[in-house]
Amino acid sequence: MTGATVTLRDVRFSFRPVRFCYDVQIAAGEIVAVTGPSGSGKSTLLNLIAGFEIADAGQVLIGDEDVTTHAPHLRPVTFVFQENNLFGHLDVLSNVGLGRSASLRLSPDDRALVQNAIEQTGLTGKERRLPAQLSGGERQRAALARALVRERPVLLLDEPFASLGPALRTDMLSLVQQLHKSLGMTIVMVSHHPEDIAGFVDRIFFIDEGRIAASGTAAELLGDRSPAAVAKYLGNRGQDG
Amino acid sequence: MAERDGTLKPAIGESRIRSKPSGLWPGRLALGFLIVLAGGAFGGLVSEASGDWLRALSFLDARTLAIARFTLWQAVLSTALSIIPALLVTRALSRHQFAGRELLLRLFAIPQALPAIVVALGVLALFGRAGFLAEPFSAISGGRWPGVYGLSGILIAHVFFNLPLSVRLFSQSLQSIPDDNWRLASQLGMGSLAQWRLIEWPVLRASLPGVAGLVFMLCVTSFTIVLTLGGGPAATTLEVAIYQALRFDFDPVGAVTLTLLQLGLTIGIVSLLMLLGGRFADSAEISVVNRRYGSPGIGEALLNLAVLAIASAFVLAPMAAVVVAGLKADLARLAGETAVLRATITSLVLAFAAALLATGLSYSLVSTRNRLAKTGHRQHRRTLLERSCDQGAGLILVVPPIVLGAGWFVLARHFGDVFAIAPVMVVTVNAAMAMPFVVRTIRPAYDAAAERHDRLAASLGIIGYSRLSLVVWPVLRQPLMTGFLFAMALSLGDLGVIALFGSDAVQTLPYLLLAKLGAYRTDDAAGLALLLGLLTFALMMVAGRTRDRA
Repeated sequence: MTGATVTLRDVRFSFRPVRFCYDVQIAAGEIVAVTGPSGSGKSTLLNLIAGFEIADAGQVLIGDEDVTTHAPHLRPVTFVFQENNLFGHLDVLSNVGLGRSASLRLSPDDRALVQNAIEQTGLTGKERRLPAQLSGGERQRAALARALVRERPVLLLDEPFASLGPALRTDMLSLVQQLHKSLGMTIVMVSHHPEDIAGFVDRIFFIDEGRIAASGTAAELLGDRSPAAVAKYLGNRGQDG
Repeated sequence: MAERDGTLKPAIGESRIRSKPSGLWPGRLALGFLIVLAGGAFGGLVSEASGDWLRALSFLDARTLAIARFTLWQAVLSTALSIIPALLVTRALSRHQFAGRELLLRLFAIPQALPAIVVALGVLALFGRAGFLAEPFSAISGGRWPGVYGLSGILIAHVFFNLPLSVRLFSQSLQSIPDDNWRLASQLGMGSLAQWRLIEWPVLRASLPGVAGLVFMLCVTSFTIVLTLGGGPAATTLEVAIYQALRFDFDPVGAVTLTLLQLGLTIGIVSLLMLLGGRFADSAEISVVNRRYGSPGIGEALLNLAVLAIASAFVLAPMAAVVVAGLKADLARLAGETAVLRATITSLVLAFAAALLATGLSYSLVSTRNRLAKTGHRQHRRTLLERSCDQGAGLILVVPPIVLGAGWFVLARHFGDVFAIAPVMVVTVNAAMAMPFVVRTIRPAYDAAAERHDRLAASLGIIGYSRLSLVVWPVLRQPLMTGFLFAMALSLGDLGVIALFGSDAVQTLPYLLLAKLGAYRTDDAAGLALLLGLLTFALMMVAGRTRDRA
């Protein structure tokens, strides 16, 4: 499996009072970080790609396929949310298995894949646990395991590690990096901590008031010559923290 | 580029399914049912009256106005007698931390579950002319105790229902006071009175219109209590007058006038209360204690103890009277009577069907409302359909069962045997009656589950039957069961519709009980009341248990 390009052609969407407008292409296999103030439209960008929001105008393409109006599960996309990635009443095995079959009818091959993904994410021995019996990090690992077995060429991460401590966050990011190395999918991730991910992302989008206000490599955006709006955001963030 | 081979699972492009929310039909269907139910009744009333407007108007005479006045007057008194003591009891309950507190709140939940006719019998067994308290009361007053009939009986029964309900609702609002306020109060050294004035009363006053409004509405539309404990033209409410016009005077036009008057009254009161900001969703969940710091003085403690003892005795006594009087009846013979057996089976079957219908309709409204709320969030505006799904379940508060029943009664007269549609009427109207409660049970669970699972299920393509079996049922099984059992208990004990439509062919337990009472078979009635009370109580206990486990 490899990644797929993600193209937003003049996509317009309104969520009063904000109007969103995205026109951007993400290359196959690229890793993009999305950052910006709260409410600026980071999640909306991901929701438009994933199909949780439908564009009012414009086109969303994944690969060559126009998926503008496709239902979420018909898009070649996996989404890892900030929380609630798992069904609370199902154990880890079932939660990951749902990535292979939405009715949980798993073939022996499916089972092997699921087991393999659980190993890769370091959850061996916890297959029968319920989400409540896992730590926050383990829950997100299970979500990543499911993303693995789904084998979709685009992975969207909406701050799934935001509630974890710094050390755990670094662990999880390196897990993502590792998965990217072996599978090569396109990754779009929202992050409030651009410096965390500066090391391995290809590009950073800075979103402000519903549009991509600036984009570039980590060096371009986070360095000394960063655009004024980005510098202001980063500076404010420093004061908050 | 994405490989379009076996590694890419989704059949992209097989069909372009819009992911805009579809499937609003369950809510539309449920609303359609309510509209047909209310519309049919209304149509029946208007067509009957339109045949003879003048005669219909002529029923707005002094007698009718006196009935309307009594309807309101008894409701005002009942509300005052429930609310004011409830404030005292709530306060007493909140001031102390003791083991029986939870138990008392649970005791106060029971009256809501008991059928009105069972409570009426309890009140009679206790305060009636030949009741358990007749002798001591005669001794005290020095004359023959006349028994509680008319206004006094109605008030006692209404307070029995609504004082505990009010206590639970008030306790809930007291609970909303943040713990820090109490810490602050104790740090500042506020006394008991200052705490009342500065902390408790403001919160209680805010919930007062809502609670009083609810109690008032329950009393205005009270039918069974007035029918069994009221008496004569001096103590009749509109609902009972409607029943008498249809069942005894065979006067549909008169019934229509009374029904429209009652409808105008309830609509007027509900609109007034909505204007005043009262909310109609009473959600009497068991409340847990806030921690309090410091304890009341001995004088206040004794006073509180007295208040709680009197309130508990008042709630317990009629229930105990039902049990004692019931056990004195010839239960073995009653159990062998075919009429009793048939009525029990009829009751259970009809209540089961009504509960099933109520649960299905409520689920439809709740799920459609949730879908609409999610799509509407972008526009910050709610469509008519969404608002209807939100409020539709409350229809029965405005259009009471007797009004619905009366409308269909006069309508069905033109199409053949009125009593043949009895089962349908009992099931549908009782289902509508239970809907506010069922919606309240399942909506929080549904909304929470949807919040947590909907996007996930959509992204994984868990739809249709898979969604039902993997996501909906495991999460909502318990609230659905609770709602179902609650609806069944309510329906089992209801006398409203069956009083209009009952006949020798279709008898439920409450109907049979009323018949025994009418025939002065007081012992048999007491035995049946015990049976009916135990049945509904058992259902409520199971319902409470499933809820606690959830």
